[in-house]
Amino acid sequence: MSAPGLLAGTRTLLYKEMLRFWKVSFQTVAAPVLTAVLYLLIFGHVLEDHVKVYDQVGYTSFLIPGLVMMSVLQNAFANSSSSLIQSKITGNLVFLLVTPLSHWAWFLAYVGASVVRGVVVGLGVLVVTVWFAPLSLAEPLWVFVFAVLGAAMMGALGLLAGLWAEKFDQIAAFQNFIIMPMTFLSGVFYSVKSLPPFWYGLSHLNPFFYMIDGFRRGFFGASDVSPWMSLAVAGGSLLLVCALCLHLLRIGYKIRH
Amino acid sequence: MPAISFQNVSKTYHAAGRDVRALDGVSFDIEPGEFFGLLGPNGAGKTSLISILAGLSSATGGHVKVHGHDVVTDYAAARRSLGIVPQELVFDPFFSVRETLVIQSGYFGVRNNGAWIDELLAGLGLADKAHANMRQLSGGMKRRVLVAQALVHRPPVIVLDEPTAGVDVELRQTLWQFVARLNKEGHTVLLTTHYLEEAEALCNRIAMLKQGRVVALDRTTALLAGTASTMLRFKLDAPLPPALAAQARVTGRIVQLKAHDAAEVEQVLAALRAAGLQPEDLEIGRADLEDVFLEIMQTESGGL
Repeated sequence: MSAPGLLAGTRTLLYKEMLRFWKVSFQTVAAPVLTAVLYLLIFGHVLEDHVKVYDQVGYTSFLIPGLVMMSVLQNAFANSSSSLIQSKITGNLVFLLVTPLSHWAWFLAYVGASVVRGVVVGLGVLVVTVWFAPLSLAEPLWVFVFAVLGAAMMGALGLLAGLWAEKFDQIAAFQNFIIMPMTFLSGVFYSVKSLPPFWYGLSHLNPFFYMIDGFRRGFFGASDVSPWMSLAVAGGSLLLVCALCLHLLRIGYKIRH
Repeated sequence: MPAISFQNVSKTYHAAGRDVRALDGVSFDIEPGEFFGLLGPNGAGKTSLISILAGLSSATGGHVKVHGHDVVTDYAAARRSLGIVPQELVFDPFFSVRETLVIQSGYFGVRNNGAWIDELLAGLGLADKAHANMRQLSGGMKRRVLVAQALVHRPPVIVLDEPTAGVDVELRQTLWQFVARLNKEGHTVLLTTHYLEEAEALCNRIAMLKQGRVVALDRTTALLAGTASTMLRFKLDAPLPPALAAQARVTGRIVQLKAHDAAEVEQVLAALRAAGLQPEDLEIGRADLEDVFLEIMQTESGGL
């Protein structure tokens, strides 16, 4: 296949993956935005007067970037994992398997669509929640960098889960027992500095913590750890997951027999 | 250069704690422009062979080439030359018929393909369903879309893996007219089917697989000529005498027996008379591909 042909093939798969989630945007975009708003209303109402993380920053303001990033991460994961497992189970993955698309094309398209969905949902959450509390944008480049890096890592992780899983409940287990705890224990709802020493230490082993902390840095200009440290951890995790993903796609792990 | 070349292809699966040899040294070529039939009972290895050709699975040994392109080392070129109609009735429920075809076309790097997509939709009787969601289509219509998807990038080689299983007569006719036209225009067609009359009517050459090995490979006319040229058919209400039962094909009341010449016909009739049986609707006919198929499959040894 010529280079333009290969590029067109990759673009088509990216377009198809985006069209897939857009056709059910009520479920894939509107629903997660509503969930995030509910979190904000409930936690913001209960904790606004009790928790203070940074000077000059109220709890609801602190919570918004965390919820935005949590939505970015969860939806990026959901996009690639659910698309791949659906195609595997319904059997329509065969349409893709018989094409000349390389493992790179698969990777770029699935992860690219995940980044788009993650960012679209994140923007949706931001647009709806920003009215509830004052929010600055101190260092916007960090917001962009961590949103894209985090979504890409979760898109690649979703691709891994989709390749590995053979049933829907395996994806659900992956989501409920790995993604959810790691997201909730990453400082979305609190600063890890408020945790007891053991949990504080454990949080520093969680790459989600660095993504959320770095993302929040972009809004407040303050963070629990240096944004460069967060960038190194997020970038390193992304590279690791991508390398594994590309390898499994190249050998056709659980998709070619 | 052959359109498809199978060279000593073998495939071993590991299932239920033991190795299962699905393909065992399969070798044959299909020339450009041929309408080639691949026949065999369930489990003979037909789908394994097609899967290796399509890149859905990999061979344990041997090589497969499409127009000289190896399906493993040069997979992109090989797959661009292939249009595969899968056996399973699968579809993507998110898209309409036209979207499905535009997307499939794009995977192969073919853009602005509207004119050909319109021609495919018209040729397969799908024009009025172009904007219908795939979920809304009947089984037969979904099958037509599978064929259109396989052809959307204009591949020179078309592979149809049991495309008429569970399909009504009208669709079967439409499908075969369309595929025969493509073959006449120069496309190579590889067909696997359980309907032997289809293979007999359409294929100019046939390979038969049994337990992963090629047990017959010849022109359809030569295969038909090489077996018992006549068949004795009659209806019977009582069981056949044991001597005849061993060589007969019985479907309900209908009995079919090979007979090479008049003397053999006479022997069968004498045996029936001796057993006090009265055959009804007796007729002597030409052997068809089903007879050849059964004769070859009943021969235990064999291999090319």
